[in-house]
Amino acid sequence: MPRALWTHLVKDLRIELRTLDALVSMLFFSLLVVVLFSIAFDPRGVFSQQIAGGVLCVATMFASVSALNQAWAREIRHQVLDAQRMAPSPGAELFLAKVIANFLFVTVVQIILAPCFLIFYNLHIVGQAWLLVLVLPLGTWALVSNGIFFAALSIRSRNRELLLSLILFPIFIPALLAMVQATTDILTGESDPTLWIKLLLGYDIIFTTVSLLLFDVVFHAE
Amino acid sequence: MTANPSEAVSVPLCARLDQVSKLFGSFAALRQVSVDLEPGRCYVLIGENGAGKSTLLRILAGLLRPSFGTVKVFGGLEPHDARARIGYMSHAPMLYDELTAQENLRYFASLYPGRPCLTPSEALRQVGLDPELTRTFGQYSQGMRQRTSLARVLLPVPELLLLDEPFSNMDVESAHQMVELLAGFRQGNRTIVITTHQRELAAPIADWVLALRAGRVASFEPGFPTL
Repeated sequence: MPRALWTHLVKDLRIELRTLDALVSMLFFSLLVVVLFSIAFDPRGVFSQQIAGGVLCVATMFASVSALNQAWAREIRHQVLDAQRMAPSPGAELFLAKVIANFLFVTVVQIILAPCFLIFYNLHIVGQAWLLVLVLPLGTWALVSNGIFFAALSIRSRNRELLLSLILFPIFIPALLAMVQATTDILTGESDPTLWIKLLLGYDIIFTTVSLLLFDVVFHAE
Repeated sequence: MTANPSEAVSVPLCARLDQVSKLFGSFAALRQVSVDLEPGRCYVLIGENGAGKSTLLRILAGLLRPSFGTVKVFGGLEPHDARARIGYMSHAPMLYDELTAQENLRYFASLYPGRPCLTPSEALRQVGLDPELTRTFGQYSQGMRQRTSLARVLLPVPELLLLDEPFSNMDVESAHQMVELLAGFRQGNRTIVITTHQRELAAPIADWVLALRAGRVASFEPGFPTL
């Protein structure tokens, strides 16, 4: 791992461990979504098995956006970003470190959320449960890498929080669709989720590569 | 207006601004500014709020591109390409509140691969701070924040030092200490550009004073003749 990437990552993890800002806000928000959906829909019915995948993905998505909106807040607050722009280290490493850090935060939230989710929705996984270990990280990576990139893009906008949602959600739709379908297939065991997992993988590779290539332009923009 | 004190003698320049203008929408922050900066000199930028001082510094730092005109540093490089050799301190501290001064400086030092940097402890001692302080930067007083910010700028031992209002929020004694530190820094044939409203503080080290008015060079004279 390049030294600067490691340095950025350690810095982000250290700050989050000290403040717990992203983790706490995401956890409360996602738990709230799961509880509210379980109240709105009868969790005892077969229907819950059908919508559970969607609820899990939507809970993760909304919770992540609350954290992604704040992903660059510390860099903006005291113009730290300018100091980072003045340094000769590549901007792509800063981007990748932010993506990895936020990916880890969302994964922690998902690990805590998963048991609550199984209890609230009275779920019995019929398909290959181990595939969830593949689907959730792939979907999370798609959300976080795009989110970090577009959050950086909207840094200089006055309505950056609104702008992030407006740009991110439409672009994330293919990944969301694949994530929901794959999760539902795994939970119900009705069909093979392989195609959706491949789609997610392809989406991740394409969008992460494009973001890495374009990030320096966004990073050094005035 | 042109202000080129080095036209008479041929000295390798630290930076050259040639007919630089900067527009933000329809507002012209800088208008046709031409200035040559020689190495080993201290230039003090004065002018009212909105005169264009900070914009000029940010252009020299490579953080802004001029709308018109050219900026070259270290004998023909674009500021952006030479940014490792330029130190820029803005109004804001450009450091993380949640980290200690040591952690902040260690982080920034590691972003300069291949460039010999001061150690965080050395940089902090240079600005008169205790490197052993375990408080996070967010808990520092304004004066300490300003010093830590200067320590960050000094880390990669820049050849061109750009300081935007370095004496603001500092008590008089601390400001004088900073001036002494900058005087020593200039002796290493490094160039310093300072913007300030506190002319009397910068007077001891000012080789040239550049006055900006509404984005134009109003005057470019040696020292502080009126002080």
